[in-house]
Amino acid sequence: MKNRLWRIIIGAIFFIVAIVIDTNIEWLNIALYLISYIIVGGDIVKRAVRNIFKGKVFDENFLMSIATIGAMLIGEYPEGIAVMLFYQVGELFQSYAVDKSRRSIADAMDIRPDYANVKRGDEVIKVDPDEVQIGDIIVIKPGERVPLDGKVIEGNSMVDTSALTGESVPREVEVGHEILSGCINVNGVITAEVTKEYGESTVSKILDLVENASSKKSQSEQFITKFARYYTPIVVIIAVFLAIIPPLVIDGATFSDWIYRALTFLVVSCPCALVVSIPLSFFGGIGGASRKGILVKGSNYLEALAEAEIIVFDKTGTLTKGVFNVQEVHPEGVSKEELLELTAYAESYSNHPISNSLKQAYGKEIDNGRISDVEEVSGHGVFATVDGKKVSAGNIKLMKKLNIPCYEGEVVGTVVHVGIDDKYAGYIVIADEAKEDSARAIMELKEAKIKQTVMLTGDTKNVASKVAKQLGLDKVYSELLPGDKVEKVEELLAQKSAKGKLAFVGDGINDAPVLARADIGIAMGGLGSDAAIEAADIVIMTDEPSKIATAIKVSKKTLRIAHQNTVFSIGIKIIVLILSAFGIATMWAAIFADVGVTIIAVLNAFRALNVKNL
Amino acid sequence: MKKKFILEGLDCANCAAKMEKAINELDGVKEATVNFMTQKLVIEGEDEKMPTIVQEAEKIVKKIEPDTVMKKA
Repeated sequence: MKNRLWRIIIGAIFFIVAIVIDTNIEWLNIALYLISYIIVGGDIVKRAVRNIFKGKVFDENFLMSIATIGAMLIGEYPEGIAVMLFYQVGELFQSYAVDKSRRSIADAMDIRPDYANVKRGDEVIKVDPDEVQIGDIIVIKPGERVPLDGKVIEGNSMVDTSALTGESVPREVEVGHEILSGCINVNGVITAEVTKEYGESTVSKILDLVENASSKKSQSEQFITKFARYYTPIVVIIAVFLAIIPPLVIDGATFSDWIYRALTFLVVSCPCALVVSIPLSFFGGIGGASRKGILVKGSNYLEALAEAEIIVFDKTGTLTKGVFNVQEVHPEGVSKEELLELTAYAESYSNHPISNSLKQAYGKEIDNGRISDVEEVSGHGVFATVDGKKVSAGNIKLMKKLNIPCYEGEVVGTVVHVGIDDKYAGYIVIADEAKEDSARAIMELKEAKIKQTVMLTGDTKNVASKVAKQLGLDKVYSELLPGDKVEKVEELLAQKSAKGKLAFVGDGINDAPVLARADIGIAMGGLGSDAAIEAADIVIMTDEPSKIATAIKVSKKTLRIAHQNTVFSIGIKIIVLILSAFGIATMWAAIFADVGVTIIAVLNAFRALNVKNL
Repeated sequence: MKKKFILEGLDCANCAAKMEKAINELDGVKEATVNFMTQKLVIEGEDEKMPTIVQEAEKIVKKIEPDTVMKKA
């Protein structure tokens, strides 16, 4: 690139000298012009000739060579050289811009760890993260990047996850916590046991995702490459007609005048500005989004997001925290403590979030010796014998099955009814709460002109409508089985306009079919969840639903830039083509239509990378 | 079978589009994408035809942009 710059500078000096001196000796002038032309455009001509021999005629090199040599042949030396000079400047600027953009995104995603400190016996040695195996013990010192996913076995510290999530507040980790590769250890020394090989770890997954993003092309990009495919040959053919026909047909028309117009056409015929500015904008948008902890798997998804009309949310884990807490205990004939204790024991074998919250509320260690005969009845609840008592815990259906009369009034939350020795013992209410930014997320989506926000949940109607009202959602469908969710999404897909898109937001667990069915599948809390990263088109690394509005803003901005570039560059080119056909625009205008437009479009594309205020 | 390559020195967006089109037209190619920004070429094609596909793809790359080097990723 430096060589090219020097060649342009030296060539430009010769060019200026040639213009300024303007001797009366014609051969000297021409010689100076030719020298500067060879310095500036020699390589283009050489490439054009080489490509012709390889069977490739209408490429940019060829067009530029013909246009500039043609201009010099009809005596327009300064214009011919200037075109070549500016073309080279434009090319140089373009590759500089592309290079810079490639690099800035690589920097933003610079989360690749260089080494891992592995404990082998008493020694700690530095090895390549690739060589570390599951079960190895690694030491992470302050300031170092966590090389592989693992579990902390010693020490505590703050870790900075901003490279992965865009979240600037460090997280605290202590013994037993999981740590994810790509984060930076801020203060303490931590020792961790490796739980995933490097190739499977978070950092590799994310890098892979970002590097392969934008291979799925947006419609604007497909349009522009298609346009370019027809544009160049058409302009070249018109140029040929322009050079030959008018001088033969029109009285007084000269070949040199019309050839000049035709050559101007050739200068404008290069499609490069158009073609480069679109992927550059999208690349910037995807890069900008990733800085905010939003990973977009392809330009097409970023594009689709701008046209989102309906956003469908899963409730649990997406809009709510997905952490259930015991809210109320209503005993009948037993004490509060006893009811909680027996229920916690009965449910202790289950891994269901509800049983976890019961255990948590009970707060004491579960002594397995006290429980026997555990039997789970899917969709109903559980039977178990605790301390010799027959405990049945579950929903209303279970109580009906057992013919135990129970409380049937309105309750907001999930209710666990409990029977002891076939007698009703009361109920426990467990509920989930909305995330802090859920309400803001819905509000921001409405501001972003989303027509409908919908919530789907398997939860009861009471709970669902309470959450929906609290958050301001437009619609809510409750008591759905996993299969029903796909059906509901299909119903909603039929309601949107032809161009509009439907996005489904879930946590990536259990909702892969819905994520796939929606136009855009968005998974939340991608950090640490491989399922989410696999299933979705867009992954929000944090747990914040408000990032969806951010993603839509990034998408709209990117698209606006891409459209501006398309309209601007095609518009200017067509105007200059028309003007030069009528002999109004000179080759100087054509240079602007080519190089000037490229530079402006590339600079505009760069704006997509800036997402600070979104 | 999917194969990935890096196109070192890929400097022209229009050429990238041309390469993508030409490689997609090769016999046995299911899908080929050239990503101009990440300089990556991904070819998905029939297993037994893959060696010829890769050879032909390399020729196409050389023909469209002689200064580009196709490397295994």
